[in-house]
Amino acid sequence: MKITINGKSEEINIKSTLGEIIIKKGLCANNLVLEHNANIVSKEKWKDIILMENDIIEIVSFVGGG
Amino acid sequence: MEDFLEIAGRKIQNRLFIGTGKFSGYAIMKQALEAAKAEVVTVALRRVDPDSKNENIMDFVPESCQVMINTSGARNADEAIRIARLAKAAGAGNWIKIEVIRDNKYLLPDNLETLKAVEVLVKENFVVFPYMSPDLSTGRRMAEAGAAAVMPLGSPIGSNRGVKTRELIEIMINEINIPIIVDAGLGRPSEACECMELGSAAVLVNTAIAVSNDPIKMAQAFSESVYAGRIAYLSGIPAAEKTASASSPLTGFLREEK
Repeated sequence: MKITINGKSEEINIKSTLGEIIIKKGLCANNLVLEHNANIVSKEKWKDIILMENDIIEIVSFVGGG
Repeated sequence: MEDFLEIAGRKIQNRLFIGTGKFSGYAIMKQALEAAKAEVVTVALRRVDPDSKNENIMDFVPESCQVMINTSGARNADEAIRIARLAKAAGAGNWIKIEVIRDNKYLLPDNLETLKAVEVLVKENFVVFPYMSPDLSTGRRMAEAGAAAVMPLGSPIGSNRGVKTRELIEIMINEINIPIIVDAGLGRPSEACECMELGSAAVLVNTAIAVSNDPIKMAQAFSESVYAGRIAYLSGIPAAEKTASASSPLTGFLREEK
């Protein structure tokens, strides 16, 4: 099924969780923050959220900035 | 004499705030922050790039520093609010520099949208620092809305042009009862010093430090310059005069008076 991650359409397995997406992408969970359909999801809940077709995920973290 | 800037219960001795953008690497950024003895630093929030090196900037910010999240990239109040909430959820604390910009040429802030974001975020217990074009009325409204300080620009971001808005900033310093922190455009230590001599509570510098040939030494130079300007301000800078006033006594000359 298709979901959108950081503005890009991606194909993922049915019943994937948010947590699995992060692991699959090889991202380090520290200081990441996730939005699932415009709601901020705390780290403890990543493993509980099962993604649905057309969900929109934003994965953000800190960078240098003024 | 103990001199510090107190914001939200935190006593800040170093009035040079440093932005973390544009450094050639996080390791050199860290050394610059340490050399300057920085106490307040800004960072931004962006979409993760899975292909990047995955270095975490927070690992390079000294633990003693207060982090302030910049909402850069926001084009309106709603986007700034969203970034602030995300930053808090990511564990970055609640100090937020609100930067709302729709103008890509000069990167001048949208004061109205910024004010809207201030009003919302103050109610959510953020410590809010609006970056703004210097303007007395809007600055007063920011203060009334509960901003911890206001951050008027000296000149456009990254332009290294100095305090082109000097007279407007002076008015804000004299008339607004919250700290005025000059942000953006300061290209050299003397310009940061100038802001402090005027009575700015602090200055925020990024580009001039980050892109210099030696960011570590430049950070130190800015830090010392900010300190010098602060001491000068506290000491009371004498008024400028049109004519001379001799420094040496006007008596006892080695010649016969006629």
